[in-house]
Amino acid sequence: MGGGAMLRYMVKKLLSLAVSLVVASAVIFLALEVVPGDPAANMLGINAQEETLAALREELGLDRGPVARYADWVGGMLVGDFGTSYTYRTPVSEMIADRVVVSLPLALYALALSTLVAIPAGIWAAARRGSGVDLGVMGLTQLGVAIPNFWFAMLMVLIFAINLRWFSAGGFAGWDAGVGSAMHSLTLPAVALALPQAAILTRVMRSALLDTLGEDFIRTARAKGLTRGQTLWRHALRNALIPVLTIIGLQFSFLIAGAIIIENVFFLPGLGRLVFQAISARDLIVVESVVMLLVFAVIMVNFVVDLTYAAVDPRLRRSR
Amino acid sequence: MKPKTTTTGLASVLALIAGMGAAQAQGDLVIGMQLEPPHLDPTSAAAGAIDQVTYANIFEGLTRFGPDGSVNPGLAESWDISDDGRVYTFHLHEGVTFHDGTALDAGDVKFSLDRARGEDSTNAQKGLFAGIETVEVVDPLTVRVTLAQPDGSFLFNMAWGDAVIVAPESVDQLKTNPVGTGAFRFADWAQGDRIDIVRNEDYWGTPAGLESATFKFISDPTAAFAAMMAEDIDAFSGFPAPENLPQFDSDPRFKVLVGSTEGETILSTNNAQPPFDDVKVRKAMAHAIDRQAIIDGAMFGYGTPIGTHFAPHHPDYVDLTGQSAHDPELARNLLAEAGYPDGFTTTLKLPPPSYARRGGEIIAAQLREVGIETEITNLEWAQWLEQVFRGKDFGLTIVSHTEPMDIGIYANPDYYFQYDNPAFAKLMADLQGESDPEARGEMLREAQRIIADDYVNGYLFQLASLSVAKTGVQGLWKNAPTQAIDLTGVSWAD
Repeated sequence: MGGGAMLRYMVKKLLSLAVSLVVASAVIFLALEVVPGDPAANMLGINAQEETLAALREELGLDRGPVARYADWVGGMLVGDFGTSYTYRTPVSEMIADRVVVSLPLALYALALSTLVAIPAGIWAAARRGSGVDLGVMGLTQLGVAIPNFWFAMLMVLIFAINLRWFSAGGFAGWDAGVGSAMHSLTLPAVALALPQAAILTRVMRSALLDTLGEDFIRTARAKGLTRGQTLWRHALRNALIPVLTIIGLQFSFLIAGAIIIENVFFLPGLGRLVFQAISARDLIVVESVVMLLVFAVIMVNFVVDLTYAAVDPRLRRSR
Repeated sequence: MKPKTTTTGLASVLALIAGMGAAQAQGDLVIGMQLEPPHLDPTSAAAGAIDQVTYANIFEGLTRFGPDGSVNPGLAESWDISDDGRVYTFHLHEGVTFHDGTALDAGDVKFSLDRARGEDSTNAQKGLFAGIETVEVVDPLTVRVTLAQPDGSFLFNMAWGDAVIVAPESVDQLKTNPVGTGAFRFADWAQGDRIDIVRNEDYWGTPAGLESATFKFISDPTAAFAAMMAEDIDAFSGFPAPENLPQFDSDPRFKVLVGSTEGETILSTNNAQPPFDDVKVRKAMAHAIDRQAIIDGAMFGYGTPIGTHFAPHHPDYVDLTGQSAHDPELARNLLAEAGYPDGFTTTLKLPPPSYARRGGEIIAAQLREVGIETEITNLEWAQWLEQVFRGKDFGLTIVSHTEPMDIGIYANPDYYFQYDNPAFAKLMADLQGESDPEARGEMLREAQRIIADDYVNGYLFQLASLSVAKTGVQGLWKNAPTQAIDLTGVSWAD
């Protein structure tokens, strides 16, 4: 495994990353162009006069053609300028920065919870395959996958916020209030987000480990005299990590981009809620920029996961 | 015996903690609302949420609405009206300052009114200012407004949130840092989460009872319920889950305020689209509808039936509900007379609010009973504005017209429901020029009868104003004569 192979692999991946971003930007822009609804009319409501609408469209730059607006948008993003929100009239980059400090920690928190629970649980279940432990863990994961997370969230609010008063029913304390309070206000949302993820990850961990344990090289390892536990830790686990990493990568993307419902249940000022509000207000520039950022995040996560594969499994560097 | 002691002990500890919380909250109020304002300049957008936060609290106009909808003096302590009804001379309060320390004078009033009616104005209610011919500064505390024609509703128009007085120095930053003359000044906005305002210690009038207040944005009805139950917030204005109100009502920690709004909720009908261009068909629909079933089913019983486009709490309201009583038999006969013995199929386009979505399903069932089939489409507001309101591409839609005193929309044949009646338009034009209250009242009653006789739209109910608050909160408006959460008179009971 030479450094050259790794480099070629990275260049190839970077190129495909760039192409994905360009295609994504065009698709996002076109999709929002065809969505019905005029941002100006939406802001001025039903009593607005035609000349007032025209004045606002001009102010927002909506009177220009789509090509010019697309070029402005992409050109701006390349130098870090995401444009100015139509409705809020503040720079989109500031709005995103305000929201990322909620959404990113929430996603990481949830991911940490789900990984910390799922990996040991999956290993445990695989190591004791067919036992009561295995059955118990599998039963719980069935439940975790089946329960909708917003319902689970409401249940937790009912118990921990309304009855026990351990947590507030929602909202974000803000990092100014201290890391402790901020994390405290993210706890219930993180648990709600982590539940289905943990359930899926546990199942993947267990089945990946069981698959590997059935392979020839494990039998060889056992034949060399290693104990069951030794084979599991030294040989099987490392090989089982590939599918687990894939799922973790997918889950992280989902947690960043897909927390809209949980953010609404807990009225958290995160990215998901921003997109949600911006779509209904037809604040197109905000929607475009945030979605683009999410696409970028997902592509980057996948890129990192790809690199991690290559680190875990040297064969991948050569074959691709 | 022992467990009982423990429970009592625990209860007293809890009571102590609760008491501490309450003591801490005395000067502060956290009030929930469903929609977040897009920005904070009421003079350049239609969003009701902007007025909810800023009206009376941050910004003030020459006149202002009281809790009962009456028009009271605002920044103008008094005014003289010329005999011909065209010239209004406003006398401003002395010693009024903006939150940035600059003094309010007649020049600011002239600036604000000229800006609202100017060529590049982006005022959502520019029509309110259309009658103004000139605005003159007489002296620093006197301003003279001359109208092209006498306008009986001019003082009313000046009370709208869109007509508040702003200063030229701060006008460019109103959207993110509103500077007004009100009893509260803007403090902070954590977008997506909350807006904080604090008491203006230099206020010219009666100072606010609260030291500070926070508007918290909670859009999800279940979350609103949870936040209130967990006492994270002290009140919720425009509570979105009417089904939960009985639970609050029976809980001694809370009180429920049920009032009226200016929202006439109507089954809007495209009067230019066959078969709705036939009054018999519209009359048939009116008799096919069971208002109480809609109020009970869609609004959990909250709402007042209406028979015309007018607010029932208004002194000039005429109860015309009897004219369109629920009578499916009559509806079927009318349809047959109109040439539709087997009914017809039309579209029913529904915007997002629950009154429309839930109400739409019920109305569709009621219309089906007399043979009218509806194809229901759910729309977002932006789509509704484009397709229904501007494109006039609809048969039926359900919407609440929340502007106060908006019966004048029936005088505009281009308005989306396209009612064209020159006699009505003339009556509205005459009303505009009439300033005698008696004569105006008679004209308004006449107007209500005309549109009820023509069955222009299906008149359903007046939208209720539903708020929940902790028992100790006093002074919240029960009714919503304009979209405001006026906190200037709110305080905690001792």
